[in-house]
Amino acid sequence: MSKRDEVGRLYNGKTGQWMWVAHRLTGVAIILFLFAHVVDTAVIGWGPEAYNRVMEAYANPIVRTLELVLVAAVLFHAINGVKIMLIDFWPRAALIHKKLSLATIIIFVVVMAPITLLIGKSIIESI
Amino acid sequence: MSAESGSTSQRATLDKRGITTPSVRPRPSQGFELWWWLFMRISGLLLLFLAVGHVLIMHVLDGGIERVDYEFVASRWQMPFWRTWDWLLLSLALVHGTNGLRVIIQDYVRKPQARFLLNWFFYIVTFIIFALGTVVVFTFDYSKYLGG
Repeated sequence: MSKRDEVGRLYNGKTGQWMWVAHRLTGVAIILFLFAHVVDTAVIGWGPEAYNRVMEAYANPIVRTLELVLVAAVLFHAINGVKIMLIDFWPRAALIHKKLSLATIIIFVVVMAPITLLIGKSIIESI
Repeated sequence: MSAESGSTSQRATLDKRGITTPSVRPRPSQGFELWWWLFMRISGLLLLFLAVGHVLIMHVLDGGIERVDYEFVASRWQMPFWRTWDWLLLSLALVHGTNGLRVIIQDYVRKPQARFLLNWFFYIVTFIIFALGTVVVFTFDYSKYLGG
């Protein structure tokens, strides 16, 4: 087994490894969006006309769908982050890490369901 | 660097209390990486409130993003509380995110020069974005465009 394979299998697990992959992917997505988001917010310094034009550019079904994805990414990263800290600071939590991952997914789905309905409804109505 | 080497062969460990810990990336034991490890958790806890709160307020509650326009942001930034919130969120999220990128780059980018360049690319972008965001949050002047 090459070193590269070992790194790819660092967690050598099923649930835990996929949660780890998802944590990285959502984290990268959020920081890349943040770079763009600071720039779009900075336009507010050029007054109402300029800023509202930026907000209008965002107000289409494609960007609104990305908005939903972003909200999901932040919430997943946050809830899974709590799970990571539980395991880090309370060693016994590692024994039930699969249950904690399942709980993370359940909480995420429960929180995302109404949010998806709310933003989804707003997108459909805007078309 | 030494904290990284030899860690991947570790599959399960028994801690002092005899609790079996499934294989996880070992906690850095000292120095630079330990402080970053701790920072990620402390900033993560703060961001749990700052970022989740921001997302809920701006995108979910009370009409979501559709009600966000110049007036909305301008009147929000009338209050020092929200300027402080947004600046804290900006600072912590940037440092937390950039350190996250550094760790990921360390895992996947093997060539030293490429790693160096990619890391510094993100440090510079982060610094520019931090400077821009800070200037905007603290110098925004509502009265400038009133009645204009």
